[in-house]
Amino acid sequence: MTPMRSELVWKVGGEQGSGIEKPGSIFLDACSRLGYYSFGYRHFMSRIMGGHTNYQVRISHKPVFAMGDHTDVMLIDSKGAQEAIDMNIGEMAADGVIIADAGMKAEMPAGSQVRLFKVPFHGIAGEIGSDLYWNMVAMGASCAVTGLDRQALRDMVYATFARKGEKIVQANYDAIDRGYAYVIEHYGELPHLKVAPVPRPVRRLTMEGDNAAAFGALAGGCRFLAAYPITPASMVMEWMAKEAPKVGGIVVQAEDEMSAVLMAIGANYAGARGMTSTSGPGFSLMQEALGLSGLTETPVVIVDVQRGGPATGLPTKPEQGDINEMIYGSHGEIPRVVIAPGTYAECFYDTAEAFNLADRHQCPVIVAMDLTLGMGKGTVERLDWSRLRIDRGKILTAADIARLGGEYERFANTEDGISPRALPGTPGGIHLNTADEHTFSGRITENQEQRRVIHDKRLRKTDHVDFPGLAVRGDLPADLVLVGFGSVTGPMWEAAERLVAEGRHVAVCQLRRLWPFPTEEFLRVLSQAEAALVCEHNATGQLAHLIRAQCGGDLLPGLRKYDGDPFRPAEVVARAKEVMADVGSARIA
Amino acid sequence: MSAVLVSPKTFVSEFPTWCPGCGDFGVLRALQNAAAKLGLQPHDICLVTGIGCSGKINSYFNAYGLHTLHGRSLPVAQGVKLANPNLTVIASGGDGDGYGIGAGHFMHAVRRNVDMTYIVMDNQVYGLTKGQTSPTSPTGFTSHTTPYGSAEGPVRPLRVALANGCSFIAQGFSADLKQLVDLIIQAIQHKGFSLLNVQSPCVTWRETILEDDQKIGVYEWWKKHLHNLDADPDYDRHNQAAAFAKLMEYDDIVTGVVYQEDRPSYQQYLRGYTDRPMSEMASPLDDAVLEQFAEQFK
Repeated sequence: MTPMRSELVWKVGGEQGSGIEKPGSIFLDACSRLGYYSFGYRHFMSRIMGGHTNYQVRISHKPVFAMGDHTDVMLIDSKGAQEAIDMNIGEMAADGVIIADAGMKAEMPAGSQVRLFKVPFHGIAGEIGSDLYWNMVAMGASCAVTGLDRQALRDMVYATFARKGEKIVQANYDAIDRGYAYVIEHYGELPHLKVAPVPRPVRRLTMEGDNAAAFGALAGGCRFLAAYPITPASMVMEWMAKEAPKVGGIVVQAEDEMSAVLMAIGANYAGARGMTSTSGPGFSLMQEALGLSGLTETPVVIVDVQRGGPATGLPTKPEQGDINEMIYGSHGEIPRVVIAPGTYAECFYDTAEAFNLADRHQCPVIVAMDLTLGMGKGTVERLDWSRLRIDRGKILTAADIARLGGEYERFANTEDGISPRALPGTPGGIHLNTADEHTFSGRITENQEQRRVIHDKRLRKTDHVDFPGLAVRGDLPADLVLVGFGSVTGPMWEAAERLVAEGRHVAVCQLRRLWPFPTEEFLRVLSQAEAALVCEHNATGQLAHLIRAQCGGDLLPGLRKYDGDPFRPAEVVARAKEVMADVGSARIA
Repeated sequence: MSAVLVSPKTFVSEFPTWCPGCGDFGVLRALQNAAAKLGLQPHDICLVTGIGCSGKINSYFNAYGLHTLHGRSLPVAQGVKLANPNLTVIASGGDGDGYGIGAGHFMHAVRRNVDMTYIVMDNQVYGLTKGQTSPTSPTGFTSHTTPYGSAEGPVRPLRVALANGCSFIAQGFSADLKQLVDLIIQAIQHKGFSLLNVQSPCVTWRETILEDDQKIGVYEWWKKHLHNLDADPDYDRHNQAAAFAKLMEYDDIVTGVVYQEDRPSYQQYLRGYTDRPMSEMASPLDDAVLEQFAEQFK
């Protein structure tokens, strides 16, 4: 008897605009209810109607951090079926199944071993009473192939439609059961695709990175977000717009990204915890304001959910092409902090912590995310509220200022470079804050000595940043350490796991803070590895060059991906083996 | 303890570095007088400025001052006001700052209607960078950047504001202190976004204006042509069409309140918004509240 699998990759695909993301998220949520760990990624295009879109969901008994290399089961609707088949057949596992609407006209490529099940999604839905039920027919069919318990779907239907009445709920139940029955009756069971039930299901959270970041911001005390809609960051704004007013917060839809970040800076100056969220094109427009935050020593948090650039680039595809801009962007020199969450949970915690960093260091703090992380959806084990803390840094009250006896200087030359703030409205704290170079009290100056001293003061504010520089997963010393950040972390973890299972000594170094770069920590990791492989989502090796600039030495070998597709574990494994072979041959030579 | 009796002097800080005779002196004085008449405390005012001669006004006005970037005072000021509605927030700058590089922000600030005041010192020329053509310069204006005369027509800030639903629009003249003080007071008291454009002559780069082949001193020229709407008992400041007609009739060369509309400010539309400063809200949420938010992810 075929043993049941503990992992499966499922996908739904079809024409954009026909509601494909819906069954995708239904499937993911249902699996989550059944206790599986899940990871979802939606492939879509920058248009509302037409073109191919698909949603891949990978489920497993153990945590999953990346897309699947192959798809086992794929649902295809009749609209856009040929394109769906053509674009995905290469990714299908040889023993996989495509469940397509019986009415579809598309052909499978000659010689493909992938099986095709034709199920009348729309026919059955029509018989039940409305075409709207096709989703649930398809879900039922998916359950028949994968062996997933239909009860999770029923529970979800109930939760969503109970208020609409018994009839609607029952119709949905029927749709699920008839889709299920059709597959069993016409195609029988496929034991090799059956996923074992999770023995003791735990109800976990499933979150998109954007929503996790927005929730983190709210939990971190953020009550002001100004932003301009942009893929793939809009969800941050939309989540906040809906939820922030419940705790006194607001969202302003600004006229452009310059205005968005400037409003956030204004709000921070006035004492709020304020932020903006954007992607590359918007972040480019914010470069000028980074300098304003830097020179006026006003905190601001910017979430940059990177997408494929340059220019309008690949609006709906992942890339990590903003590394240079995040670290070096804006004219002149300013202190700044760039942190990089790599999991959905980290999106939550890091964005919350970003506000502490911004308040403490009084400078821009950039949360470097990317599309796969921002729009991808996956399991979050649990969120630990006790990890949240709020540190507003140096802020003076009127009483504090009174004790200074009239000696308050906004930009006082302190040892750590950080000068106490008086928020507008505070009696006794009146000062000018100017984006021109200024004296310690805030008056405009061009005095050379003053310029040197106050510039040094600002730049040393980030000498000590209390945020982890990197996280190592796996055992050191190792033959190879995989280096990367953001959404590349998961694929690196999984690649390392597979290599370790093959007896290789491979560890992963996830960079958690890109700036100030954790040079010492990184060199310590590097010294315990025979070789390193920098995996990054760009063509020019921005991360590898950053590492060389900060750590010296030769440019580390890289795996650079910039074709718009997220990293898959298998390609990391393949490149890792090449690098290890090179090191091996070098050693022999 | 913190409240003190205020006079115009309360709001005086450094002596300006503006050229003698600059119209901006009048605006500064009017602002100091208006603040005193309103009985505002310096620490409750936040004066947010852009870049240019006029943007330096908060170097000379005793209050919280934030001197930002060229053209960017409005977004910053809106952020300040929304984060602390108890502050009297005034944004200020010149015509190049507000109607050129910052024009996009201007139009949207107007329609957004955040409760704040925007004072523009309009002199039809770039002063600090030494006399280049500005967005309000007249067609044919000659300068280093338009040696053969500007080919562009001027921005019409009052009409732009009117067309986009600005809820308070006024124009003042820096040499008429009495009216200017009154206009500033009305602008600050208005609940919503108030635009006060001030004809604030530049005596260095636009000392004279050519009229009928004759050079006339810039102050004289404005005095001669400005039509005072406030002195017109028949003028209805609540009538948008009448306002347009008046601006067209006088080629925008008017003083007084051009238009005023009583409509809810941006803040009044915001759900859950209170007048509590957001600095007081940046505290941890209760676990129960966090759990409630997390529920949607289950």
